[in-house]
Amino acid sequence: MQDQNVSVHIQNVAHSFGVEGHAKHVRALLDTTMDIHRGELLALIGPSGCGKSTLLNVIGGILSPTTGTASVNGKPVNGPMPHDIAYVFQENALFPWNTIIENIRLGMLFQGVPKSDHEGRARAALKAVGLSEFADHYPGQLSGGMRQRAALARALSLDTPVVLMDEPFGALDEQTRMVLGEDLSELLSRTGKTIIFVTHSLGEAVFLADRIAVFTARPGRIKEVIHVEEPHPRKASFMTSDKFNGLRNRLFDLLHDEIRKTVNLGSGSTGGF
Amino acid sequence: MSGPVKSAPIADEHERRVTRLVQIGFVAALGALWYLATNVWGMSPILLPKPQGAFNELLDILRSGEFWPDLFLTLAELAGAFAISMTLGLGIGFLVSLSPVYVRIFEPLLAGVYAVPIILFLPLYVLFFGLGASSKIALGATISFYPIVLNTIAGFTSIDKLYVTSAKSMGASPTVLLRYVLIPGALPIILSGLRMGFTVALLSIIGSETIASLAGLGHRIVNLAESLEIARMFAYIVFVIAIAATLNGIVSRLEASRGMDK
Repeated sequence: MQDQNVSVHIQNVAHSFGVEGHAKHVRALLDTTMDIHRGELLALIGPSGCGKSTLLNVIGGILSPTTGTASVNGKPVNGPMPHDIAYVFQENALFPWNTIIENIRLGMLFQGVPKSDHEGRARAALKAVGLSEFADHYPGQLSGGMRQRAALARALSLDTPVVLMDEPFGALDEQTRMVLGEDLSELLSRTGKTIIFVTHSLGEAVFLADRIAVFTARPGRIKEVIHVEEPHPRKASFMTSDKFNGLRNRLFDLLHDEIRKTVNLGSGSTGGF
Repeated sequence: MSGPVKSAPIADEHERRVTRLVQIGFVAALGALWYLATNVWGMSPILLPKPQGAFNELLDILRSGEFWPDLFLTLAELAGAFAISMTLGLGIGFLVSLSPVYVRIFEPLLAGVYAVPIILFLPLYVLFFGLGASSKIALGATISFYPIVLNTIAGFTSIDKLYVTSAKSMGASPTVLLRYVLIPGALPIILSGLRMGFTVALLSIIGSETIASLAGLGHRIVNLAESLEIARMFAYIVFVIAIAATLNGIVSRLEASRGMDK
């Protein structure tokens, strides 16, 4: 019954934290249904606490939704699916006690890749992100941007059809993000993977995504889906085009009201300001 | 993008040399003070023997080899006590760390008992285990158990949840997770617990030997004090300090080397 072209299917997923009726009960995500196509880059953007990371973690099998189901390549998600989904987390989730290449090899060991393949695939992934020279460095010896590249290399080496990224560049400075974004567009257009990523950056969403799902303030639901019809790989010149700015402004308008709601809510509840 | 962080080895080297000089100077000043007090200011040799006298006694002890039985006994007690506290501390610490509920229940209990001066129970230990090695081993094991178990709990529970989530998302099974994530993540804190445990085991064993025992280095020192052989007693004290410093040096070196290659 499912379309062959659908990579990730989200059916009526909703999630609440805490027990209903309890003071700490929070409805994080309202009923959400969506299809993500093979090879598509989908950006999730919205105010803080709108449930975009919640949705990502439901797809990744890290979180069981209160209601609804997610399926990846036709298989229902009941927990981590290491052969279908690789994660790139916001802060670097590399093990600080291992070198970069050891980190990548460990990922493959966890996933169950035969040992004989580890070295070759790890080197290839490092080369793809331009970190070949830093294979034997520890994460603590690299800059934040390099660490995120390494985390991306680890995800790529797992050779999964789907990659989930939770604000992968969130902790980096604007300039580094721009360069990494360009590289990512180039890299991902070659691999043909399905990518879902959470971001706070309007520019990043427009620059990288094929579609952008804009969330409302909490309790979050998808307010609108914007299509960015621009082939990959995208060049830096796209960032200065009218099309880019038009889409970015549209995104800003959509988000502005929602963010205003969260901010007002926040200051209302603290009351002191 | 900025390059890898580099340390400044030259500044480090200089600083290390200065630190070492100050430390050597401090010890030399103590020695000089000891010499002046006994040779120039006329302090009673019953209270404080002359350093040269103590040094001659030390040479005699080393030459005669009379220290061997006491040293062997004290080290054997230490090894026994540490083997027990390490096994129990690591095992129980790991089990407690498995559930936040266990941690909430047992961590404050263990931390509370850790604050009790367990040496007060030495008379009980002597009643139960006798004056020989058993009571020293039991007391040393009890006292050194607490830093080991507490640091083991702290080590396992302080691991960043993101490492665990990320390993699980890549398909790590529980045993693989333990081997590649939990143990290496907890190791630095556990090692410092083992070092603390080792130190307090040594302290409590020598301490209890001075209070109630039949043999051992602590027992020997008290015997010499009671027979007023003060210079020889000081020689033994210096000898014990040297042994303790050597053992601590070895343990710290082990801890540092495990910490550095990670």
